[in-house]
Amino acid sequence: MSQELIRLTDLVMEFDGERILDSINLYINDKEFLTLLGPSGCGKTTTLRVIGGFLTPTSGDVLFDGKRINDVPAYQRKINTVFQRYALFPHLDVYDNIAFGLRIAKLSEKEIDERVTEMLEIVSLKGFENRKVTSLSGGQQQRVAIARALVNRPKVLLLDEPLGALDLRLRKDMQNELKRIQQAMDITFIYVTHDQEEALTMSDTIVVMDKGKIQQIGSPEDIYNEPKNAFVADFIGESNILDGVMLDDYLVKFFGRQFKCLDKGFEKNEPVDVVIRPEDIDIVPVEQGHLCGTVTSVTFKGVHYDTIVDFKGFKWLIQTTDFCPEGSYIGIRLNPEDIHIMHKSEYSGMFGDYSSYSAEYDEIADAEGGEDEE
Amino acid sequence: MKSKWLSGPYILWMALFTLIPLGVVFYYAFTDSVTGAFTLDNLANIGNYLPIFLRSIWLSIFATVICLLIAYPVAYYIAHCKPGTQRFLQMMVMLPMCMSFLLRTLAWVALLEDTGIINNLISAIGLEPLPLIRNNGAVILGMVYNYLPYMILPLYTVIMKIDPRLIEAAQDLGCNSRQVFSKVILPLSVPGIVSGITMVFVPAVSTFYISQKLGSPGTILIGDVIESQFKSAYNPNLGAAMSLVLMILIFVCVGIMNRFTNDEEESMVTL
Amino acid sequence: MKKFNRAFTILVFIFLYIPMIVLLVASFNSGNDVAVFKGFTFDQYKELFRDDDLLSLLGNSLIISVLASLIATILGTMAALGIHKMKGKLRSAVMTVTNIPMTNPDIVTGVALALLFAFAGVALRIHSILGFWTLLIAHITFNLPYIILNVMPKLSQMDPDLTEAAMDLGCTPSQAFFKVVLHEIMPGIISGMLMAFTMSLDDFVISYFVTGSGFVTLPVEIYSYTKKPMQPKIYALFTLMFIAILIIMSVMNLLQARDKTKRQRSRLLGGRVK
Repeated sequence: MSQELIRLTDLVMEFDGERILDSINLYINDKEFLTLLGPSGCGKTTTLRVIGGFLTPTSGDVLFDGKRINDVPAYQRKINTVFQRYALFPHLDVYDNIAFGLRIAKLSEKEIDERVTEMLEIVSLKGFENRKVTSLSGGQQQRVAIARALVNRPKVLLLDEPLGALDLRLRKDMQNELKRIQQAMDITFIYVTHDQEEALTMSDTIVVMDKGKIQQIGSPEDIYNEPKNAFVADFIGESNILDGVMLDDYLVKFFGRQFKCLDKGFEKNEPVDVVIRPEDIDIVPVEQGHLCGTVTSVTFKGVHYDTIVDFKGFKWLIQTTDFCPEGSYIGIRLNPEDIHIMHKSEYSGMFGDYSSYSAEYDEIADAEGGEDEE
Repeated sequence: MKSKWLSGPYILWMALFTLIPLGVVFYYAFTDSVTGAFTLDNLANIGNYLPIFLRSIWLSIFATVICLLIAYPVAYYIAHCKPGTQRFLQMMVMLPMCMSFLLRTLAWVALLEDTGIINNLISAIGLEPLPLIRNNGAVILGMVYNYLPYMILPLYTVIMKIDPRLIEAAQDLGCNSRQVFSKVILPLSVPGIVSGITMVFVPAVSTFYISQKLGSPGTILIGDVIESQFKSAYNPNLGAAMSLVLMILIFVCVGIMNRFTNDEEESMVTL
Repeated sequence: MKKFNRAFTILVFIFLYIPMIVLLVASFNSGNDVAVFKGFTFDQYKELFRDDDLLSLLGNSLIISVLASLIATILGTMAALGIHKMKGKLRSAVMTVTNIPMTNPDIVTGVALALLFAFAGVALRIHSILGFWTLLIAHITFNLPYIILNVMPKLSQMDPDLTEAAMDLGCTPSQAFFKVVLHEIMPGIISGMLMAFTMSLDDFVISYFVTGSGFVTLPVEIYSYTKKPMQPKIYALFTLMFIAILIIMSVMNLLQARDKTKRQRSRLLGGRVK
């Protein structure tokens, strides 16, 4: 699990003088499920295409098994790709699409037949051999694309937003399916997505990217619980982000009040960003509250209510199963483990304020995320 | 990146057989036929042929406009037939384009002659024969007949591609059928109109066969003059100068027409 | 309105086909005057098949059209692939040159090439350079844009990931072309080639200027026929060509129709599976 397979060092990519990737340093272990996560234009697809061999980096190195492969063309790399819109060959049927790579490698028809049949079983497409790919549904085309890549037994599978074109239900099914396939094949998956939930569900390691730079690398738990900066905190899940001052180890001050926390190693009186996840906040009667505020809007979300609370002009999002009607005055408690402290960054002050919150907020964000770079 | 070089042979070919020949036309246009020295006489001589130039232009403009007026309803009708009928009618429009235009023009001579088919019919019902041939009208008829398919096809292609939902949207927004036509269908057919006009006007203004057969010595066109410079009068320098002027005239016209459409690259492809 | 359009369309088709019907009828006319039908006969056809000259001219036309459209197809497809990769000014410069033979009137193209060949003839000290080769060069030149303008749209419609997918699966760039790209752009190549072939076969104006006495094509010869009193066997030839083209077009039409319904059916199936 821990053997290093791919390493990117000081990778820089420029198009027409525009810097798409800015000194990317990253290593990827064998048999790991690694996700490149970020908004459109963050450079995640470019990184993937550099690894796949479709782009040559402006500077920096790509190492595979310790060897530099910058100049190795795509067709000589033991890496296969599942493309965003599948890129199935429309003139071939399902069987011939999957057999394509094996035929190029000039395997015997007998072996090709065995491997294709095996692959069809793995992706649950038995009986579809002679169907035209254009006659398949999105989910089925998706499976053919995965089978076509995996049948070549690559050491690494690259997946570029493969679930982007599927509807929500199918997407959830395919997430489990992909994880299952990755474990069954026992190879490295490098997965590109802008969907944080997808990343959290499937990955061993998540690489959060923005503006051509890596913002944070870590396990899903790390990324969620210990975001490094305001961008990561906001991009992965919802966060209330406030200005604070670190008074001492384990002691932070914000909203004119001191709170105990679990973070240390900051300088004395260092200004910091304080992250509080909306689901960590407990609503209590006013007299027991650390802070008190007025509910300005409540939206029913199924499992919980999105409750916006105004604390001295700063609006927080609280996700709670308790219904507090609009206009009610409530108190909240913050436990030390609910408070997460981050250094100030270029992203400070850009995220985490719910003053302009509306119920449509999520949908707008989703629609924007749907289109990827290029 | 290397695949750029695949067009190398083509670029070389076009340089040799398209650009250099135009250069040669320039060269001949500006040199004397006997001495080979630089001269502007050839271009100056074109002034004598100005009436012919003007006649060529106005006859072909006339023919182009008639083609457009005839072709639009036809293209519109074809575009609204069932798919099978559309394919059949499209084939019927293309078929004449594949047949020898010399012979088809000759057939018009047989039809229009003083003792031709139409006049025979007219005499048969006891009327005086009509002077149908060797006049401007006959030349325009020949042009319209020969180039009409080149107007119908691009118009058909464009009208067929108009999304029917746009028409429904226009109706939904309160357009009556005339407004639907003038505010939606017509503006969307502009690329086809431009391409059709180009495809009719260019061959019409430069034709030399139609005018020889259907016109009279008094209605010769610029194409006839150019042809005679190469095939009988043998003054290639004057012929080159006229070709040059004709070419520039057409490129200016096409340039102006293309202003009406945005995608220049595709405007000729609609065939 | 619909009724008016229908009647109008029928009238226009009558207008388009009357001259051809005149020629078809003339081919069975025993008299020499097209305007007067003397009696039914097959003599013109017998006469035609006895005329080896005319048949060999048809052969010449076919040789030139086949060779020119094939060479233009190969050159033009290569060019389209290259142009597809080009960007900015270079691309628009090449496309402008491509459009020159399309926009230029045939007579100017013919005159320009004739002058070039005259020039080359003097330079190379060849007395009569005009003939098979000049004709072939001219035909390839005016065929090339048809190929490019038919192939280019297919290239830009193609999913750009397909080439990468093929290379991802182990194809070298040339394998990727022959195994994947070629299949995708084939309809464009074929329609371009057919268009080029018919243009070549029917071309008179350009051929007329670049042809020599050594090698003449049918349309050029027909032109010199039409200057003399007409020989009715030409009408027989016209009729035969009309039938040939009618058959070819009908077959293509049927193939196209079948292709379309097949695609529609598979789309329907796809919809149902979903």
